[in-house]
Amino acid sequence: MRNGTIKHHLSDAMLMAYSAGTLPEAFSLAVATHVSMCDECRARLASFESVGGALLEDCGDVAVADDSLAQTLSRISNGASQPIMASAPVADAIFPAPLRDYVGGDADAVRWKPVGGGVRQAVLKTSSDATARLLYIPSGTAVPDHGHEGSELTLVLQGAFRDEHDLFARGDVEMADEEMHHTPIAEGDEDCICLAVTDAPLRFNALLPRVAQRFMGI
Amino acid sequence: MVAKTREAEWIGHIVRIHADKDQTAFAELFRHFAPRVKAFLMKSGADAALAEECTQEVMATLWHKAHMFDPARASVATWIFTIARNRKIDMLRKQRRPEPEDLPWGPEQEPDQADVMALQQESARLGQALSRLPEKQRELVEKAYFGDLSHSEIAAETGLPLGTIKSRIRLALEKLRHEMK
Repeated sequence: MRNGTIKHHLSDAMLMAYSAGTLPEAFSLAVATHVSMCDECRARLASFESVGGALLEDCGDVAVADDSLAQTLSRISNGASQPIMASAPVADAIFPAPLRDYVGGDADAVRWKPVGGGVRQAVLKTSSDATARLLYIPSGTAVPDHGHEGSELTLVLQGAFRDEHDLFARGDVEMADEEMHHTPIAEGDEDCICLAVTDAPLRFNALLPRVAQRFMGI
Repeated sequence: MVAKTREAEWIGHIVRIHADKDQTAFAELFRHFAPRVKAFLMKSGADAALAEECTQEVMATLWHKAHMFDPARASVATWIFTIARNRKIDMLRKQRRPEPEDLPWGPEQEPDQADVMALQQESARLGQALSRLPEKQRELVEKAYFGDLSHSEIAAETGLPLGTIKSRIRLALEKLRHEMK
């Protein structure tokens, strides 16, 4: 699952916000998925979590209730809720575990919907402050030129795409902001599958996709 | 054998919680960390009652997950921070928290003592480096972690332009990296 050839990594701001727990769920999903594939970002994330630990150690204290310890011990003996564990890696899976949790399986379990030009998508269920979708782009096909009202993070899971800026292959992350207009084209032997996360709806520049956007919740 | 630091004591407490269900060790960790967790949760926007309840749950989770603590990967404070942060996302923001895959474990379960020592020293240096940050930078780093605010929300709250906030946080991170070299 892990990949030593990743060239495009998560930004400090993104890793810091993930370790602070302030990202919308859809962005957290993309970060957790990338970190599952990228040892470098896993190590950087650990250092941002250490900053959180150092701040906790030094953030002052607020007196707990007089019976707080006793209450906690009784919560413990009542066998309080066990938090859900991250799933274990599966050999040869295309999607890392956090993404499989949202899809309900690997790439073959995705329920794709066509959005025109051979491109397919599947919106994943997350909190409404940002949107996560999987995109399936046949090799040689372009995703329509689109600008963004917010920021967009794209993570490649299979195949590769190239835009005006660079080539992005499995595990690579591209961040785009409001000003950026780009036309990614899938290339290589395999069709490209990406996780695309936006904090505002995509704004396609061609008429047809804009209609599709309205009807299909792109 | 190196003289026992406070961190080494905390680690020993977690081992005893796991191995012996040692309530005395737990009480000592609780005395130190529960008020800090409560402060963290209140800075994140919880009222006193919710923060108290959440703190108890965080500390109970520490007990239940003691076997998962790896002192070669995180300090005790960092580990507790991640538990508190996850509880905060669940309770205050009502969102799921996707977590990365666990790294596959090698045959050797016991953490390497050299790694544990190195991590303790780095954590101590990081704490010192943070305390030496200029006040304005440190404040923004704290807000980014504790305020449950995005950069643009921090901008609205502090009245600082977004660019200033981003560059101060970037400077703070550069300073921390420089000091950790």
